[in-house]
Amino acid sequence: MPDNAISTETIIQIERVSKWFGDFQVLQDIDLTVRHGERVVVCGPSGSGKSTLIRCINRLEEHQSGRIVVDGNELDYNTKHIHKVRCEVGMVFQQFNLFPHLTVLENCTLGPMRVRGLTKKEAKSQAMEYLERVRIPEQAHKHPSALSGGQQQRVAIARSLCMEPRIMLFDEPTSALDPEMIKEVLDVMIDLAETGMTMICVTHEMGFARTVAHQMVFMDEGRIVENAAPEQFFSNPKNERTKLFLSQILSH
Amino acid sequence: MIRNKAPYDSYWIDALVLFAVVFLIVYVVYRVNTVLVYNWDWSFIPGYLFRWDEELQSYAPNLLMKGLFTTIRLAIWSIILAAILGFIMGVMRTSRRLFPRMLSRLYVELIRNIPPVVFIFVFYFFISSQITPLLGLDNISEDSSPMTLKVLDFLLGPPELLSNVVAGIICLALFEGAYVTEIVRAGIQSIPKGQVEGGMSIGLSRIQLMRYVVMPQAVQKVVPPLASQFIILIKDSSIVSLISIQELTFLTMEVATSTQRVFEIWVFVAGMYFVISYACAFGFSRLEKRMALHKA
Repeated sequence: MPDNAISTETIIQIERVSKWFGDFQVLQDIDLTVRHGERVVVCGPSGSGKSTLIRCINRLEEHQSGRIVVDGNELDYNTKHIHKVRCEVGMVFQQFNLFPHLTVLENCTLGPMRVRGLTKKEAKSQAMEYLERVRIPEQAHKHPSALSGGQQQRVAIARSLCMEPRIMLFDEPTSALDPEMIKEVLDVMIDLAETGMTMICVTHEMGFARTVAHQMVFMDEGRIVENAAPEQFFSNPKNERTKLFLSQILSH
Repeated sequence: MIRNKAPYDSYWIDALVLFAVVFLIVYVVYRVNTVLVYNWDWSFIPGYLFRWDEELQSYAPNLLMKGLFTTIRLAIWSIILAAILGFIMGVMRTSRRLFPRMLSRLYVELIRNIPPVVFIFVFYFFISSQITPLLGLDNISEDSSPMTLKVLDFLLGPPELLSNVVAGIICLALFEGAYVTEIVRAGIQSIPKGQVEGGMSIGLSRIQLMRYVVMPQAVQKVVPPLASQFIILIKDSSIVSLISIQELTFLTMEVATSTQRVFEIWVFVAGMYFVISYACAFGFSRLEKRMALHKA
């Protein structure tokens, strides 16, 4: 599938980004360029900094040195820039992070109404559209707690899409799910990929990665140790640690 | 070997404790009756609950009932004020900025580390000399229309005691506000970090996050501890008798002095406090169960 057009326009530019948690360096001189319409899959062992990296892209984490520019907005201490970036970047979390006191529909209309200034009616019809895209319009009036994990994660995807973002970040979206629910979430993500959305996914689902990725990034100990097209990444990895990781993850 | 229940073979301890308690009660009653030779006389109590009003030709509440009403008014008004104060202070306590956090911390620590009685004495002189004159409460009975006075009478008790009651309410509210602050802080901090991140990721501002995501969830968690704080407040309100607020404990002291029936009156009033506190606790637990049912 990775043949729909990627433009040459850069949408995310990450340059020499480093970050520390106390004395521990989680990110070390990260460089990454994502073009408009490109789909990047980030993988690596746990604790390698992959989640921290994508959380820096919408400023859920602050980087301490280097630059991150998202769609022309540099992430610095200017809260206006941060707000602009968060409006353009959607995020899906491992633990869904849906709002339990709101119905599915209200989860999806909150952002558009309060941030984008849509009327209730507009927000509702738009939310229903996206809930149909993730194939659960019939659950709209339930509370998230009444839904299965897979359904909740699809609502979380719809909630992000309702903000009409230009970029979607996925932070291990299937890691907290029971095995039989992983597919329904991945199917929705593949649908989304087909629309040409710019996506950055942290995931261990290598089958999914092979299907959708334009760019594979392998991280270890806070560094990007390999960055390649999927064909080369899976068949002929250059780095020893990548080989080891792939052999462990693909052996069963 | 599988056992469903651990066998309980220490019944003799229970029996011993029970025996000791019964013995103690019997002994106390015996001492009171034979050694003190105390003649119990409860007959005066109804007269202090209600009295026959010759003018109105009906029964009117007497000292004890008046005191009870004042106590309930004190508790209700001060929990409302304390909730507002505690809500503001609780939000400040979780602020990212240092100043509001320090201010609210100062308030909470100041109150939690001073004995309530001392606090009430200190604040009473300030409130009664500064705040109540400022509100113009002393002249209210002369300046207001009969209708306003009637409403005030229902809400806050007899107009001639208004400044007295208001001082009591403010003291109690300031005092209990510190505990409500801690309840609200705990409620806010119990909301998982993921909720805030989820809200941030769709572009909500700090204030919107509080308003639409954190607070609605925190309030649900805060209601049960707030209800039990209300019950504590009913009992704590007896402290303000020390600054001559005419609530149940204060008026009971008057009755005790004038009748010389110290035992009976205090035992009876203890029963009154128990009944209202227990009734509230029972009511709140019913309410909570119903709320839990609605949520499911």
